[in-house]
Amino acid sequence: MFKILEKQVFSPVIKQFVIHAPRVAKSCKAGQFIILGINEEGERIPLTIADFDREKGTITIVFQEVGKSTIQLGAMEAGDYIKDFVGPLGEPTHIENLGTVICVAGGVGIAPVHPIARAFKEAGNHVIGIMGTRTQDLMFWEDKMGAACSELLVTTDDGSYVRQGFVTDVLKDVIESKGKENIPLIIAIGPQPMMRAVCNMTKEYGIKTIVSLNALMVDGTGMCGCCRISVGDETKFVCVDGPDFDGHQVNWSELAMRQVYFKSEEQLALEYKECTCRNGGAE
Amino acid sequence: MADEKAKKKIDPHKHEMPVQEAKVRAHNFEEVALGYDEETAVAEAQRCLQCKNEPCRQGCPVEVFIPDFIKLVAERDFDGAIKKIKEKNALPAVCGRVCPQENQCEKYCTLAKKFEAVGIGRLERFCADRELQKGVTVPEVAPPTGKKVAVVGSGPSGLTCASDLAKLGHEVTIFEALHVAGGVLMYGIPQFRLPKEVVQAEVENLKKLGVKIEVNSVVGKFSTVDELMEEESFDAVYIGTGAGLPYFMGIPGENACGVYSANEFLTRTNLMKAYLFPKYDTPIKVGKKVAVLGGGNVAMDGARTALRLGAEESHIVYRRSREELPARKEEAEHAEEEGVIFDLLTSPVEIISNEEGWVTGMKCIKYELGEPDASGRRSPIPIEGSEFIMDIDTVVVAIGQGPNPLVPRTTKGLELNKRGNIVANLETGATSKTGVYAGGDVVTGAATVILAMGAGRTAAKSIHEYLSNK
Ligand SMILES: Cc1cc2nc3c(=O)[nH]c(=O)nc-3n(C[C@H](O)[C@H](O)[C@H](O)COP(=O)(O)OP(=O)(O)OC[C@H]3O[C@@H](n4cnc5c(N)ncnc54)[C@H](O)[C@@H]3O)c2cc1C
Ligand SMILES: Cc1cc2nc3c(=O)[nH]c(=O)nc-3n(C[C@H](O)[C@H](O)[C@H](O)COP(=O)(O)OP(=O)(O)OC[C@H]3O[C@@H](n4cnc5c(N)ncnc54)[C@H](O)[C@@H]3O)c2cc1C
Ligand code: SF4
Ligand code: FES
Repeated sequence: MFKILEKQVFSPVIKQFVIHAPRVAKSCKAGQFIILGINEEGERIPLTIADFDREKGTITIVFQEVGKSTIQLGAMEAGDYIKDFVGPLGEPTHIENLGTVICVAGGVGIAPVHPIARAFKEAGNHVIGIMGTRTQDLMFWEDKMGAACSELLVTTDDGSYVRQGFVTDVLKDVIESKGKENIPLIIAIGPQPMMRAVCNMTKEYGIKTIVSLNALMVDGTGMCGCCRISVGDETKFVCVDGPDFDGHQVNWSELAMRQVYFKSEEQLALEYKECTCRNGGAE
Repeated sequence: MADEKAKKKIDPHKHEMPVQEAKVRAHNFEEVALGYDEETAVAEAQRCLQCKNEPCRQGCPVEVFIPDFIKLVAERDFDGAIKKIKEKNALPAVCGRVCPQENQCEKYCTLAKKFEAVGIGRLERFCADRELQKGVTVPEVAPPTGKKVAVVGSGPSGLTCASDLAKLGHEVTIFEALHVAGGVLMYGIPQFRLPKEVVQAEVENLKKLGVKIEVNSVVGKFSTVDELMEEESFDAVYIGTGAGLPYFMGIPGENACGVYSANEFLTRTNLMKAYLFPKYDTPIKVGKKVAVLGGGNVAMDGARTALRLGAEESHIVYRRSREELPARKEEAEHAEEEGVIFDLLTSPVEIISNEEGWVTGMKCIKYELGEPDASGRRSPIPIEGSEFIMDIDTVVVAIGQGPNPLVPRTTKGLELNKRGNIVANLETGATSKTGVYAGGDVVTGAATVILAMGAGRTAAKSIHEYLSNK
């Protein structure tokens, strides 16, 4: 059992937990994720390690409520216990000193970008952070990102905060002003359409772009192949070969297609949950 | 004695195993084979001739004292019988159900020359189930030796190794990647063949011996084997991580929605209990017509599971003929009784899907059998121009598994073979790295429960020797 030590609510649908998991905290690195299972009946859901404290033995996760499991998770409080929590999983992001690195974060993708930006900065890079959300209410961690990056640019799709525009608009400005030859690497994490849009743009500039893929998963240890995806000519397992991949090689339409595999079942799970909640429990 | 034997009239047939009726069981996840009752077990045990040369025992990979335990059953000393079995086999409730007895002990039974062999597996299961119902008496544990052993993986091989070492007084911790212990017994072999309650009862017994089981612990991730030895002061490590890496065919269209590896299909259903969705959260989607690729036990389990999940048609698509099916005969027969259709001498070349990426069919080619090859098997040859489209909407790929590379890749100085299996001495379990032992599917490639157990037992013996001299 894994204790939720702290809970923060960033918006009605975005929440942060600090969880006691010393084994994970001891060895995790930027770019890795965990899989948790809320209870006996729970499915195994992957979430990125957004921060960690090796001394306190804690892992921070930030998640958006999108379906049955994340909504159920969001209803939990500090002091509650999560049944299963396994990690660190996946390969860490490859960190090296390249000079300048741009880290682009969209929506709840801000959380996974944070430790990666920090690691690149610690490795001596000038890290330019670009973070954007749909609207001001969904913004979080501006302070943490400010500390993790050398410079930080903030935007909202609807212009309700700082400036109006997509992260791709800001990215374009930065590339144009710095010169594409001075930007050896871009990291982009967020919703699939956003990562895809970033990759389409950076491909034209010829700038290497790493994305973190959120394929559907079961075990997260390379045992089931549920998370497989075509990258270049090869089939890769996101949970063990990734989650980081060269965004210019990813077969985005296949990923999008596999993402909705269980759409109708997810809807059913949600309805079932609402129904049992109203009736005061499943039994 | 010889006269007596001759006089005794032998029932030529094994006592039948009561089973759920095929039409009914094809739609539920309850156990298929129901087990002998006391009277049947005693009567079956009385068929045994008590052969002095014990041919059955020699057919058993862990040499269970077969005639001895059967004699005790015939005498109604069931407590004595299970004790006898457990001297050699740590997981009899499991082995009694899933061992391929027809190729092992029962194949060598003297009776089998003229009649049907003694139902050794069924008797083993009877004794074990009776003990589980009654509550198991915890065997004696030797005084603590002060030595610590880490066991990586909680499949039959890891469980057996841990059990033996704990009895010898060592402090044993099992690290398991998944959230429950049991390996393939939990995530692979279906509920209707091996109820998960049986596996968990065995796991609980292990805990009573003082074995610590740390689930949610992926070795090679939270800690490497080297770190376990250096930082957490484990004196020895046993690697029993199995063969959990699913192979795919490598044909076009395999990443379409509706294509599962057998591991995913069975893990969702067994481990995550998708058959109880939405009470359990993990979903599974099965169409009307399912094609399972492969002909082994895993394929049979996939095809039978598909029926139970509501498929109208479930096909086994296999490249060779019925005779070459690697699955246990009993499993193939059970599958056929339940309505699984066998498309033999057939192999897919492409999976076809619609615009949304969903499987709609499978292009296959027919094969014929050629001359026997070096191994004596007649190799299949594709028939030119025989391509046809099979109308299906779900594909389960069950063509084999390899070793998961997480531990081999992260352990310094561990010798591997070309296929990525750990190289270990089969007589001792020793690897190329001092203090590190390995066994089960990760060494042999996908094999059987009993061989994995045997390897765990062998390694426990050498680990004990190693620790005693250390
Ligand atoms: C490596 C990895 C890291 C992740 N990190 C985070 C994170 O830090 N924060 C966060 O909020 N989410 C993260 N996700 C996504 C998260 O796992 C899913 O949102 C979650 O599993 C949805 O479960 P659910 O039952 O609430 O929703 P479901 O009912 O299962 O799904 C609801 C909707 O969400 C979509 N969805 C389901 N699973 C995923 C998925 N794996 N990725 C994207 N969309 C999905 C479905 O297509 C559907 O539209 C990560 C995913 C992966 C693979
Ligand atoms: C569907 C199916 C049906 C089968 N039917 C039969 C049958 O009827 N009869 C029979 O005799 N055999 C059968 N087999 C084969 C048999 O189950 C295996 O040979 C046996 O389970 C191998 O045991 P093992 O202990 O070596 O590994 P496994 O049972 O595979 O267990 C390995 C364990 O190690 C864990 N692990 C892996 N990597 C790590 C890591 N890095 N850190 C921590 N833990 C890790 C895994 O999660 C797993 O729990 C079947 C197999 C399958 C898949
Ligand atoms: S070979 Fe058959 S008859 Fe002989 S002892 Fe073994 S089980 Fe009994
Ligand atoms: S989630 Fe099962 S292999 Fe990646």
